[in-house]
Amino acid sequence: MAEENTNPEPSRRNFLNWFLNTSGGAFLLAVFYPVSRYLIPPEAAESSTGSVTLALKPDDVKANTGQIFKFANRPAILVRTAGGELRAFSAVCTHLSCTVQYRGDIGHIWCACHNGHFDLNGQNIAGPPPRPLDAFVVNVRSNQIVVSRSA
Amino acid sequence: MTRLYAAACLIVVALSAPFWEVSAQEQPDSCVACHQNFGDDRLGKPVKEFASDIHSTRGFGCVACHGGDANDPGMGAMDRAKGYIGKPARKELAQLCGRCHSDARFMRQYNPSLRVDQVAEYYTSVHGQRLSRNGDEKVAVCVSCHPAHSIRPPSDPRSSIHPLKVAETCGRCHADAKTMEPYKIATDQLGKYRESIHWRTMSVKGDLSAPTCNDCHGNHGAAPPGMSWVGNVCGQCHTVMAEFFAQSRHAKVFAQMGVPGCATCHSNHDIKETGDAMVSLEQPGVCVGCHTNQDNGGKVALQMRAALDSLSGEYNKAHAILLQAERAGMEVSQAQFELNGAKDALVKGRAAVHTFSVEAISKETLPGLEIAKKAYARGLRVLDELEFRRKGLAVSLIIILALIVGVVLKIRQMERKKKAE
Amino acid sequence: MAADATKPRGKLWSWLDERVGLADLEKLAKKKQIPVHRHMVWYYLGGMTLFLFVIQVMSGILLLLYYRPSAEEAYESVQFLMAEVQFGWLVRSIHAWSSNLMIFTLFVHLFSVLMLKAYRPPREITWFSGMGLLGLALGFGFTGYLLPWNELAFFATKVGTEIPGVIPLVGPFFRRLLRGGDEVTGATLTRFYGIHVAILPALTMLALGLHLFMVQKHGMSTPPGVERQGGEKRVMPFFPNFFLRDLVGWLSAVAALAALAAYFPVELGQKADPFQPAPIGIKPEWYFMFMFQTLKYLPAEILWIEGEILGVLGFGLGGLFLLMVPFLDRRTARGEPSQLFAWIGIGIIGYILVLTYLGYTVSPTK
Repeated sequence: MAEENTNPEPSRRNFLNWFLNTSGGAFLLAVFYPVSRYLIPPEAAESSTGSVTLALKPDDVKANTGQIFKFANRPAILVRTAGGELRAFSAVCTHLSCTVQYRGDIGHIWCACHNGHFDLNGQNIAGPPPRPLDAFVVNVRSNQIVVSRSA
Repeated sequence: MTRLYAAACLIVVALSAPFWEVSAQEQPDSCVACHQNFGDDRLGKPVKEFASDIHSTRGFGCVACHGGDANDPGMGAMDRAKGYIGKPARKELAQLCGRCHSDARFMRQYNPSLRVDQVAEYYTSVHGQRLSRNGDEKVAVCVSCHPAHSIRPPSDPRSSIHPLKVAETCGRCHADAKTMEPYKIATDQLGKYRESIHWRTMSVKGDLSAPTCNDCHGNHGAAPPGMSWVGNVCGQCHTVMAEFFAQSRHAKVFAQMGVPGCATCHSNHDIKETGDAMVSLEQPGVCVGCHTNQDNGGKVALQMRAALDSLSGEYNKAHAILLQAERAGMEVSQAQFELNGAKDALVKGRAAVHTFSVEAISKETLPGLEIAKKAYARGLRVLDELEFRRKGLAVSLIIILALIVGVVLKIRQMERKKKAE
Repeated sequence: MAADATKPRGKLWSWLDERVGLADLEKLAKKKQIPVHRHMVWYYLGGMTLFLFVIQVMSGILLLLYYRPSAEEAYESVQFLMAEVQFGWLVRSIHAWSSNLMIFTLFVHLFSVLMLKAYRPPREITWFSGMGLLGLALGFGFTGYLLPWNELAFFATKVGTEIPGVIPLVGPFFRRLLRGGDEVTGATLTRFYGIHVAILPALTMLALGLHLFMVQKHGMSTPPGVERQGGEKRVMPFFPNFFLRDLVGWLSAVAALAALAAYFPVELGQKADPFQPAPIGIKPEWYFMFMFQTLKYLPAEILWIEGEILGVLGFGLGGLFLLMVPFLDRRTARGEPSQLFAWIGIGIIGYILVLTYLGYTVSPTK
């Protein structure tokens, strides 16, 4: 106890101040590091929403073909009919949730798992699927395809 | 006796005069007027029931089937000379209904899409054959399934032929041991069907397109599917499996053995939900009936099972780890999205079992295996990231702790100094 | 930080002192004294709540950079924040956990003030502004809960906004005002967002300013029990002695927040779908639980009044009673011991604890 009033006091105090400053600095660093990283915009520049702008250009989808894309974490299918019209549906088969595909040779949507057929309105027309596919709305804005949930 | 009835009838009619007057102006129907007001339920019930019958709602009255003259207020309405036939004989029922229902021109006025070949079909059914050849009047006739005075279209949930009611309707006779006794046929079909995946799909999931009795046996032409064509019947819905099976070696062998295609493994009325466990040489495997692990077929079965098991194992592993990561608050929706591909492959691989070829199954499962492994690896990476977060936390906690210690020491030092002063 | 005022300061200090008057501020801070006694630990809770509020403001501002307030985009933007933005999960988790801790410390602060009778004259206005801040904090919690637009929040908000609707006459109008329509929709979300990030912060600044000013003016209240005991009055300067102690508490809170955020990151759940049936076991935030559970226990009808109306009325009156305690508790105001209000305080605490406990343990289907 007595020694606190004598010599070692200044060095002890200096050490304490050094310790406080260092840990305080480290603390600020620990706070500002995540914050600054947070402020940097991430690479995927925008959040996906109730509508999705596809990476495809309208010209990339040839007539009588289909493309699978991700829509709200579920697969969806974009079809250009032989007539040139763009249509989009959920690509989750209503039977056992396989991903459906477009078949140019038969001109409609087909599920490979159990040979389920859906017409170009999403209606189940043959095979085991019990319900039609959900349809989405396709809009072409200038050179972009925007698919959204029907209201 | 008839006189007495007629007198009673007239009295009743007179007592209910206002009602009679009103309906007389609209459409005189003495059948309804009398039968309705009898206390006797046997006579009154048909009238009451008929009010909601589809024929009644389309404007048909009693005379359409029973003949007679509804304009005659007395017993004359039921004059045989006026075409009255009373209760139609069971034997002639099909022709009676067929007067309209087999007439395409007539039916077109009411329901143009309704088929008009029910009567013809009926006579090809086991029911119709027994009736016409053996004169067996106990067999099902039209009214057995379409209750005479309360016929409703199959889309009506109250109808005896609504998909959910068909099994019950057939079962009224076919599940009744006493009725079936003379024919020496089993009565357990209804009970078995109620255990089946088809009934569960229909009754629990509400998928009315799932099959009930008539989807496999036909309705008006009801008969058991033949051994050789049971596959076609199942293949109506299970197309991929039926195609695979038709080209497999089992198709020929089963035909030679005289056993049915699908039903040999899946049974008929109590078709259970399928599972990978069926491909096995042990119970509940279905291969065990013919194969052992000594023969070639047994070995193939084991290989097929191994292919399915490895994919479903990998899929479950990946699914579980992604779920774990998601529960821990990590975002793995892209990985989950991609894992769908493995699920697809598994479903396809399971369908490919019906080829009974290891190559055909592997062709589906191997790509799926790749996808599942990738998803699993991604799950691991995400959990690693979680670990990194925890390490980061540990570091920052140490820093904070150090700072706390520093401040506490500072306080002590400061206050000691003060005391010392 | 050094205690000695005469110690020479840096150039920056003198430059600022000449312009801002730092020395005066320092004097003010040092003049403020904190009574030292055995109930002193409760003094830390107000400062702790304030500190957590500051964290809320800062993390909230960070969240604003990525959040989008519309039914179409809210959920997806939060998902984006959690998945793509670096440390987005941390900021969101800190915001959510800190809000819970803040409301917890706020409740403890409130009840410690109630039990230690710090509301007695001349601190009535401090008490009123504090009650106002409690209301604002609950408003923050209620509006903020909806913003991620997930299933749980959607239905909890639906139930929560239904409750004021039972008030006769003004209820339906008030519900409509709150929801921005007849139903909970995207309009409600936009409205709640506005309330959460603009209206409530503005009101909080006013109430908080008043509260802190009053605390500064009257200083810390010494509990009447301690005062009656007499004896030597010990004190401690606010700065730096008490402030450093506060700092220890705050740092501990930061540590707790970091640990909670890392080990129990806030989940996002499913996106709200107004056409889906409500999931089983909808629960409000824990601090509304005792009210939620009380309403559940009330019979459909008490006498001729609807049970729910009575419940809402009861909580309204209860809140009003609590607000008016400084005027109602005459004995404490006169400086006499007031057993009655001590027991009322214990009763309220017990009631909240028991009902909250029941809310989390009784099966939701019962």
